[in-house]
Amino acid sequence: MADTAVVEKNQGIQFGKKERKLLTDPLNDNNPITVQVLGICSALAVTTGMKNATVMAVAVVFVCLFANVITSALRKAIPKQVRMIVQLVIIATLVTVVELVLKAYAFESYKQLSVFIGLIITNCIVMGRLEAFAMANKPYESALDGLGNGIGYGIILLMVAAIREFFGKGEFYGYKIIGPSPEYAINTLESSLFGWYQGNNLMVLFPSAMFVIAVLIWAHRAWNPKLVDVS
Amino acid sequence: MRSTSSVLLFVLTLTSIVALILAFLQNGLKSKHDFNEAMYSKKATIAAVANHLDVEDFSKISEAEVTEIFDKQIKQMVLKSDGTVATPEELQDAGVRGGLAENLDLKKENKKSVEERYLPLYEFTKSDGNKYYIVYARGKGLWDEIWGNIALESDVNTIAGVSFDHKAETPGLGAEIKDNKAWVRQFIGKKLYDNDGTFRAIDVKKGGAKDPYHEVDAISGATITGDGITDMLLEDLVAYEPYLKTIKG
Repeated sequence: MADTAVVEKNQGIQFGKKERKLLTDPLNDNNPITVQVLGICSALAVTTGMKNATVMAVAVVFVCLFANVITSALRKAIPKQVRMIVQLVIIATLVTVVELVLKAYAFESYKQLSVFIGLIITNCIVMGRLEAFAMANKPYESALDGLGNGIGYGIILLMVAAIREFFGKGEFYGYKIIGPSPEYAINTLESSLFGWYQGNNLMVLFPSAMFVIAVLIWAHRAWNPKLVDVS
Repeated sequence: MRSTSSVLLFVLTLTSIVALILAFLQNGLKSKHDFNEAMYSKKATIAAVANHLDVEDFSKISEAEVTEIFDKQIKQMVLKSDGTVATPEELQDAGVRGGLAENLDLKKENKKSVEERYLPLYEFTKSDGNKYYIVYARGKGLWDEIWGNIALESDVNTIAGVSFDHKAETPGLGAEIKDNKAWVRQFIGKKLYDNDGTFRAIDVKKGGAKDPYHEVDAISGATITGDGITDMLLEDLVAYEPYLKTIKG
């Protein structure tokens, strides 16, 4: 009995310390955006609102997860000479799947995101994980790594989007919170307490994402001393 | 290192599988894609008369409601620039599905000279019996194309509402032509013709509108997009003139 248990432990799918680290590392200590500074392009572009950021985050998690699993499953069959191209084909296929599905079931988001969905192909996070991890590890570990990196990217995306949407448009997830018309929960035209408030239009524009991400990187480092570069 | 032939075989197999998967998916979802595209442009068309519809909140309009409005309150036709209505047969020959205005390839039409264009016209009958005419214009913004539906009241002069859209204008600047409802509302009540009957259209005016009938305020930071709208209204709506004159009588 004891023997079989050991065998199971070595071969079956398990979730121990190592696996947990694979999943949680990219969320904090090795976050793709704030630590590795990858995938900035799309983080600048799609973070004007929570809705778009959510769709983008889900799409990247999906692509990252399945690209990692597929590449890892094929890693012994993929010829070394063309491995990059094969990885690109896998990513491009998954992204096209995402695009087709969005166009059929979430047309509004598709209209707003269309260009950036295509640009997931060039998102360095996905390709980076394939080359650095999936080519050398088993599918299960790769799945965890892909999931972790996708979520790590998504969390930052949502944080930036929340800040930009609220301070730029006075909205959160499309719900109107504060602004100069009766449609908002706090109408700055009538409220005596918030009459001074004005949405910051800069937050809607791309440069603000730069500031917000930079501030997030700083905050992340201040909060997590492991990231401070002592050299 | 593997031999070239085995690499080739691997790549060929992989691409064939990928191609098959994508082809099946594309085919399976095609009807849904077409439906969504059609619904999107129908919604944009009736957005021009959003204030005159029997729905409470246009932003929450359902697909069934859009279809119903199109079935019951909209009469669509395709015009030629000499003012005649194109026959369904003629349109079928030109490759327009069902001979319907909603199936016109407006991007392609816009590339033709004004004289050769097919022009979509939607006649909307409000529940109180008033008629509105929705016309279409297309032009260039800062980065790419912009287009819009313009609803005219039954005098075919006063604007009852507009809805603009764009392909790639900057969010917060040029994209405001679609997103900024207060800006779009400015067009209501403006007139295409001045008192002498000359075609003036609407000027998107930098520095603030002065003429109460032919000018609207520009969006700050979106001068070129605004100028694009001025130009497209001036150039494209003229093509409807011969037909609109027959309505005016």
